[in-house]
Amino acid sequence: MNQGDLKGEYGRWKSGTYGKACARFPERRERFEGSSGIEVKPLYTPLDVERIDYLDDLGFPGEYPYTRGVQPTMYRGRFWTMRQYAGFATAEESNRRYKYLLEQGQTGLSVAFDLPTQIGYDSDHELSAGEVGKVGVAIDSLADMETLFDGIPLNKVSTSMTINAPASMLLAMYIAVAEKQGVPADKLNGTIQNDILKEYAARGTYIYPPKQSMRLITNIFEYCSKNVPRWNTISISGYHIREAGATAVQEVAFTLADGIAYVKAAIDAGLDVDDFGPRLSFFFNAHNDLFEEVAKFRAARRLWARIMRDRFGAKDRKSMQLRFHTQTAGCTLTAQQPDNNIVRVTLQALAAVLGSTQSLHTNSRDEALALPSQDSVRIALRTQQIIAYESGVADTVDPLAGSYYIEALTDEIEQKAADYIQRIDEIGGAPAAIERGFIQAEIEESAYRYQMEIESGQRKIVGLNDFQIEEERPSGLLKVDPAVGDLQCRKLEELRAKRDGATVEASLAALKRAAEGSDNLMPHILDAVRAYATLGEMCGVLRDVFGEYKPTVAY
Amino acid sequence: MDWQEIVSRALSREVRAVSRLISIVEDRRAGFEDVYAAIYPRTGRAHVIGITGPPGSGKSTLVDKIAAEYRSRGKTVGIVAVDPTSPFTGGALLGDRLRMQRHSLDNGVFIRSMGTRGHLGGLSRATSGVVDVLDAAGYDYVVIETVGVGQSEVEIASLADTVALVQVPGLGDDIQVIKAGVMEIGDVFVVNKKDRPGVERVVAEIRMSLDLAGKYSGHHGPATAMAAATATATATAAIAANAWHPPILQTMAESGEGVAEVCEACDAHMRCLVTDNALVERRFRRARSETMKIASDLIWRGLADDARTLGAAEGLAWKVARREIDPYAAGRDLRELVVS
Amino acid sequence: MMDEGRKIRVLVAKPGLDGHDRGAKVVARALRDAGMEVIYTGLRQTPEQIVAAAIQEDVDVVAMSILSGAHNYLFPRVTQLLRERGADDVLVVGGGIIPDEDIPGLQECGIAAVFTPGTSTGDTVKFIRENIKR
Ligand code: B12
Ligand SMILES: Nc1nc2c(ncn2[C@@H]2O[C@H](COP(=O)(O)OP(=O)(O)O)[C@@H](O)[C@H]2O)c(=O)[nH]1
Ligand SMILES: [Mg+2]
Repeated sequence: MNQGDLKGEYGRWKSGTYGKACARFPERRERFEGSSGIEVKPLYTPLDVERIDYLDDLGFPGEYPYTRGVQPTMYRGRFWTMRQYAGFATAEESNRRYKYLLEQGQTGLSVAFDLPTQIGYDSDHELSAGEVGKVGVAIDSLADMETLFDGIPLNKVSTSMTINAPASMLLAMYIAVAEKQGVPADKLNGTIQNDILKEYAARGTYIYPPKQSMRLITNIFEYCSKNVPRWNTISISGYHIREAGATAVQEVAFTLADGIAYVKAAIDAGLDVDDFGPRLSFFFNAHNDLFEEVAKFRAARRLWARIMRDRFGAKDRKSMQLRFHTQTAGCTLTAQQPDNNIVRVTLQALAAVLGSTQSLHTNSRDEALALPSQDSVRIALRTQQIIAYESGVADTVDPLAGSYYIEALTDEIEQKAADYIQRIDEIGGAPAAIERGFIQAEIEESAYRYQMEIESGQRKIVGLNDFQIEEERPSGLLKVDPAVGDLQCRKLEELRAKRDGATVEASLAALKRAAEGSDNLMPHILDAVRAYATLGEMCGVLRDVFGEYKPTVAY
Repeated sequence: MDWQEIVSRALSREVRAVSRLISIVEDRRAGFEDVYAAIYPRTGRAHVIGITGPPGSGKSTLVDKIAAEYRSRGKTVGIVAVDPTSPFTGGALLGDRLRMQRHSLDNGVFIRSMGTRGHLGGLSRATSGVVDVLDAAGYDYVVIETVGVGQSEVEIASLADTVALVQVPGLGDDIQVIKAGVMEIGDVFVVNKKDRPGVERVVAEIRMSLDLAGKYSGHHGPATAMAAATATATATAAIAANAWHPPILQTMAESGEGVAEVCEACDAHMRCLVTDNALVERRFRRARSETMKIASDLIWRGLADDARTLGAAEGLAWKVARREIDPYAAGRDLRELVVS
Repeated sequence: MMDEGRKIRVLVAKPGLDGHDRGAKVVARALRDAGMEVIYTGLRQTPEQIVAAAIQEDVDVVAMSILSGAHNYLFPRVTQLLRERGADDVLVVGGGIIPDEDIPGLQECGIAAVFTPGTSTGDTVKFIRENIKR
């Protein structure tokens, strides 16, 4: 049958069979749409994918434009990395949690630091009071890092660290711990988040102004390309942008716009796109709308491949491959009837797997109540294992490809994201758009709309604004001992007494001089780390030289 | 605290009292006219600086840095930051403070955010009163940040001793703003974001339109003046205008670069106003505009509050609606009724 | 003339190092849309800064949001400072990830109400309207 016939037949069905049914039984809503306002039609047919050229737009797994996945065999070769984000209280306690997770079959580590660490303050800084160890592990110096990875061979695991403004310091500590374990830096696998732009726009753990932050980032790119070649030097993150309220299209657009800014910065710093391009990685959200999410992942892959090839002239295939970690959407999880969250997470994790993610964190059912308890995190990990081992969805590559709906949606998300990126280009790129508050304002607008949809009942959340029950708060929630703060402060005191003060001073002075000049800072930071300079001391030196970022609020 | 106590504490710059006094004036709470009468004799000492310019030009950032600069010279600073009130909900998000929040622990800086509360013109109806409170409380400088929406910004000219007009490169419509008459109110021109390309062009634009303006009107003459000024006042203004040549300064508010020069220019402008006796004229202009506004307010209130006039207004409105009389005629009739 | 211009003024504040601001911004907007004047302090505020701002702005309400678990440390410091400065006529409310068992203690310290995930902003608006102290 040719397209002309189909068009006719479709018209006949639409006004006939379908139209009549609608007239008798109106549909649930007048308009169906996804998070980004894209209309969802009652039916998708070959007419909706007319524009799509199989070889140009889809291609084969492991080949440009990577719509169908970055590896040729995908999960037939190896499952995604199951990587639960974890960390709380002290290095000792977090070390126990990591070992538990590894025993339970987790295949990679993911470190959550507390807020003082992420913002570059020692545990005994006055602004750290009340925050130490509360939402992540407190790391003040190499000593804590040694404890954190005690008994975990760093040549065997891959470790992802959610660290941004002080990323160079924590990476240096990781390298130093590995040295002590006898593992050379070129054998290390892992990721630092190191994505400052989304901190300004959506996550909030910034320290330095954009220019100096970009320098720190490109310093890392350069250092790692020579010394830690297997390390993912950045994880360009849409996750937090989405969690702050963005839609699926905004998530893709703002993340790739940030990516473009990093690539530009590195090229401007004199690096070759194919030297650092292959080490760029991404981090996305898996939200509720299953098909929209799968299409989103596919669209992001295709768009990035095109950007790297066409805009930046990348030649290395690896530079064009968008590899990403996924986390399920914490903001969809409710404090009400928390066990329902297990089901939500299952659907979201399924979307990530159908979207061909490289690694995955599944949130715990107690997400909206506290940091995950050990029982909850185990269920979350089991969810991934069930999808992997029992569901069969991992047995063929990109199984939803060819669905008229998925392909049409993939195309539309790519288009809409590209339009956004163009608007951001016109403003002068992501840093300018953030400075102007454009990206923040767009996110806030979406967040507010989402909230109002819930409050008006237009968006139903099971157990929250419908199907409620009388219930008690669950017991067994994780609680961090407030004594952790004092404990960390004591450890710091001991460290300061024990270490060689003169070496510390000298290394910090050298770091300061380097910061004032234009040297790559990584070697200096490594020296300071090895001398057991504290994170707060190192970040303090850079605060003095670089100043601090002041946020834009767009109203 | 009764109001006398609030006033006396506010006059000795006790923060909580100053703040409460501002609320009384801003909300026109019961008895606020007495309060006003009590503080007014103590006003007129502060140097009132208006900062205006398009949204996003860096006004708040600049005010933050100006405050820091004056503080480093041992001066105290009161800040009034005005943001728009939503005409639909009556609510407002007052976001300027965010950029100045680091001064919050400094007793020598007082920051107050205000919504326009339905008033057009880049300020709120109560801004003038709030400035008076801060002035009476003894702050050396009172810096006003306006909403920054172009045309309507001229109102700041009748309130401030010195108006700093902020422009930035790359806004696209900056030239528009410059040509729209707002230019005339600037005593000091600040081209902010000098780290951005296009600064030179903005400076040149400003210089050109200053030259043009200089040819006929000097740099005074706010378009808001409600009534014709007396001949002498106009003459004084003309002299002052000739003496002061608005400087065009480049800043990078973000880093503070050029801000000391802005403060210097504002001080120099004040010195010039004083030596030329033009300060008297400025202050007179403000008094006149304030008096006229209050009078028209009172008259309007007379209309709105009085059952008799309301009844008459209704009757007249019906006549207008039925096309029996025209609205101007109805207006005149109503005025007769109120004034008599 | 009566208090014709009275508007409820609210300081929405983020104490501590917490960067979760989605909720605070949503609440700020909802309060604005309910006709209030809202001053948002931005992230990383110390209790001292929050109280100084509350006093200078003469707000009726201080609304704080913490999702980072530091509420037991930070909230009471704010109410204590307000009391010390004679500003205990300010209504203080809080929200965020606050375990149930912490709520009574916070209320004892002067936090009038604590709003946790799932609260409708309409309830917050209503609570503020019914409970402002002046
Ligand atoms: C979104 C989110 C994020 C986003 C934040 C984006 C942003 N700009 O806000 C991102 C991904 C960046 C993020 C990061 C982190 N997060 Co987070 N995050 C969440 C999540 C999933 C939802 C929060 C949210 O925004 N909900 C939507 C808004 C609208 O709701 P809300 O904030 O709850 O506000 C409502 C009510 O609570 C109430 N309310 C809240 N505040 C106030 C204030 C007032 C005055 C009033 C009246 C009402 C009120 O009214 C609102 C409307 O209903 C929660 C878990 C959950 N489901 O709640 C975890 C959660 C808060 N995060 C958590 C953690 C640990 C982190 C990190 C610290 C992890 C780490 N170690 O790096 C980071 C660091 C962030 C930082 N800079 O501080 C933990 C905190 C644990 C704890 N307190 O014990 C939680 C609980 C998840 C978990 N169980 O582990 N997070
Ligand atoms: N590049 C640059 N940005 C600036 C400068 N001054 C202010 N900004 C930024 O401009 C934006 C708007 O500033 P803001 O003070 O809020 O402007 P306002 O709306 O006029 O009050 C913020 O993101 C500031 O950081 C500057 O000199 N250079
Ligand atoms: Mg401003």
